[in-house]
Formats: sequence, C-alpha cells, structure tokens
Amino acid sequence: MDFYDRDIVSIKDFTREEIEALLDLSEKMVPYAMGEKTWKPLSGRILGNLFFEPSTRTRLSFESAAHRLGANVIDVSEMSMTSISKGETLADTIRMVDAYCDAIVLRHPHEGAARLAAKFSINPVINAGDGAGSHPTQTLLDLFTMRSCKGSIDGLNIALVGDLKYGRTVHSLSDALTVFGAKLTLVAPEQLQMPDDIVKHLKDKGCHVRQTDNLEEVISDTDVLYVTRIQKERFPDPTEYRKVAGMYRIDNSMLREAQKDMIVMHPLPRIDEIAPEVDTTEHAKYFEQAFNGIPVRMALLMAILGGEGI
Amino acid sequence: MKEIKVAPIRNGTVIDHITAGQALNVLKILGVNENTIDSTISVLIKVPSKKGVGWKDVVKVEDRELDPRMVDKIALIAPDATIVIIRDFIVAEKYKVKLDDIVSGLVKCSNPHCITNKGEPVEPEFRVVSRSPPKLRCMYCDRTLTRISDNLL
Repeated sequence: MDFYDRDIVSIKDFTREEIEALLDLSEKMVPYAMGEKTWKPLSGRILGNLFFEPSTRTRLSFESAAHRLGANVIDVSEMSMTSISKGETLADTIRMVDAYCDAIVLRHPHEGAARLAAKFSINPVINAGDGAGSHPTQTLLDLFTMRSCKGSIDGLNIALVGDLKYGRTVHSLSDALTVFGAKLTLVAPEQLQMPDDIVKHLKDKGCHVRQTDNLEEVISDTDVLYVTRIQKERFPDPTEYRKVAGMYRIDNSMLREAQKDMIVMHPLPRIDEIAPEVDTTEHAKYFEQAFNGIPVRMALLMAILGGEGI
Repeated sequence: MKEIKVAPIRNGTVIDHITAGQALNVLKILGVNENTIDSTISVLIKVPSKKGVGWKDVVKVEDRELDPRMVDKIALIAPDATIVIIRDFIVAEKYKVKLDDIVSGLVKCSNPHCITNKGEPVEPEFRVVSRSPPKLRCMYCDRTLTRISDNLL
C-alpha cells in the first residue's frame, strides 16, 4: 500500500484497508516511540509545524514523532510575529513553508484549511485539526487505542459524550467508526448534539446510531466511553456555554454501572468531565491514548515521507 | 383547461420547466433589476406542466441570450429547466440545463468558517451529492450547502 507523498487531510480519504495498514505500522513503531529502540530512517528530513491555534498534545507529539525518527522540525511559535499578522493569505504562507521543508503539519481555525494547503503545497500536508472540521491523526490514534485495548473495533458499542456539535475529534472519529462497523450512541444536550448532516451521513452508511442526553441510561451496555470536553472557545455565546458545561461528569460511582472491561477515552485536555479518581481504575485509557499519538504519527511520517525500511 | 397565452417572442430565450417557485431566483441569476430591464420579460409562476406531472415556472426574456455561466447557475436551482433560444420566431436551439459533478465558482459556501470565505485565492468548489433537488457538499470544509439560491455568486 503506497502512502508516499500523500496528503492526510480527512479520514474519509482513506479506505478501511488503508487505515488498518497504518494501524499495523503504528504497532511496529511502539518500541521506538517508547525509546526502547532507536531508529533514524528520516535523518536529514525536515517537518514544518504550522499551528495557527494553541495545541499541546498534537504539536508535541508530532515533534516527538519526528525526532524519534531522526527528522528535524521547524515551526512558528508565535503567529503574531509572522507575515500572517500582516495579512498574508494562508495560500502564500503554505507556498513559502513548503519550500523550507519536506512535509507540513497544519492546525488552523478555519474549516477546509488543510484541503486548501494541500492544493498549494507540493510536499504532503498533514491536517492537525481545522476548526470544527477534521482531525484525522487524532482519529487514527483513537482507533489505534480502541484496537489495542479491545482487540477489534467491529461491533463495539461506542458512546461519544459531550460536545458533539463543535468537537472536531468526534466528527472525524464517528465517520471512521462507521467504516469499522461500530455502533454509535451520541450522548449530548440538544444544543450540542451531532450536526444533522453528519448523523444522516452516518446512517446512510449503514451505521446504527442512537441519540440521547442521558448518559446513565446507556453506560451499562457501552464498550467504549469516549468523553470530550465542552469547549468554551467554540461557543459564540458565553451564557450558552455556562448552561451546558459540567453536564456530564464521569466518576467512580457512575462507573459502577459499567461493564468491567469498558474503557474510558478522552482526547484531552479534560477540565472536569472525568474525576481524577477514575485515573487509577482499569477503565482509564486516556493517558495511554495520548501516548499513542507518538507511534501513530511516526507511522504517518514514515508512510508519507517514505522512510527507509518501511 | 384553457391554455395560458403569452405572446410568442421574436428573438430571445425561453427558460422552461423551471422548478415551481424558482422563477424569481432565475431572474436574480439573469441580473434583472430596475436598472437592467431593457426588453420585455414574461414570468409565469406555478403553471401546470404539459407533461401532466406537477407544476413549473417559465421565464421568457426578449432580445437576450444567456451566457453559459448563467445556464450553469440555473441548473443549480432548477435542474430540469430547458433553455429555448428563439430567433425570428423560430426555435434555433433547445437544450436541457446540465449539472456537472463538480461545481466551481458559481456559489459560495454557506459555512462562514469555511476557508473559502476568508479571502484566499481559491474558487469555492462543491461535489454534487444529489441532483433532484440539487445538494452540494463543499470540497474544502465538507459541509452540505444549505439554501443554494441565497449563496449564488
């Protein structure tokens, strides 16, 4: 399967077989990601990190993945210091950065930014989140975590909880889970439910979807509880934010209703959606999930940059 | 039923089989306003279709032929419309509008956060995901376009 020079813009651009090949490659990367073995197949290659929005995990894990494989990273740490603040278009910024590196990682507040970047860049572009749109590398690491913990994704009952309207991770993830034959329960207050066109798209693809605002009624038959933060920055109206913030809080008393092997995931950062007491239970997989960002992004860099020995 | 009479035109264009209720949007596409009317325009709204199925609108514009970009836009709001070009009372040309699989530069994305609405040097592009009624999906932000007629460029 050839990923060389390919843009990673949306998970929808990939078939199930391609996703599985990337997950298999991610598995091979784990000992290198943990530092147990060293390997520098991308020595001399340069990754350009362009983050127009704040990010901790995605940015650091791309850097770490690049360094683990021997690649160098250039980035812009403060957008206000760049020509973008002078009104340069994203298209021009991309053409310039493209000339300085071998692949671009882009996070941007506007939906479709990565698709645009891919159009103007000769080198491959990896979408690290574009507004409320796609976040394909997060999706891959989520799928990797589910597959590692549960053995297979087919037929799992997966509950997505929290901000399903603005949360980009759940939009990408729900689409991919449909491809893998999972059953979805969308748990959110009405004003934060998954957009209708996405729900329709999932159903059209044959996914079993149910929607509710009541987490208690679904937790007992859930295999994967995927919790998201209700993101203050995505709310145009702060009063609307205050109304729904803190509606779902996962703690040990709630987890008493859950199956013993149910896993709890979260793309992080969490605020108060998951109580710290959950961290030490067998259910908690969110820190493992955050680690998985490294092997998955290593696999992607290897695949698109054609590292030796792939 | 008594046939509706509108005088035949000598030269011009008849836009027939317009989806009922879309005639005013067709006028908008033609750029018809108080400053641009320099010939007779007849508008028929909700007339019975001769095919016997449902209703249609018809627009007749005298002394004017449409440019291809206008025809492409009409296809977006009235995918079954027919363009009839009349020269000297005779039908010189007659064809159905055609909706291509990809629509470029005719309509803007209805998502205000889409990168194509942010002054970048690209034309909005959409994939046609259904044809009757037309439904477009933005090739950048992946959102389905709501209310095509409100977003025509």
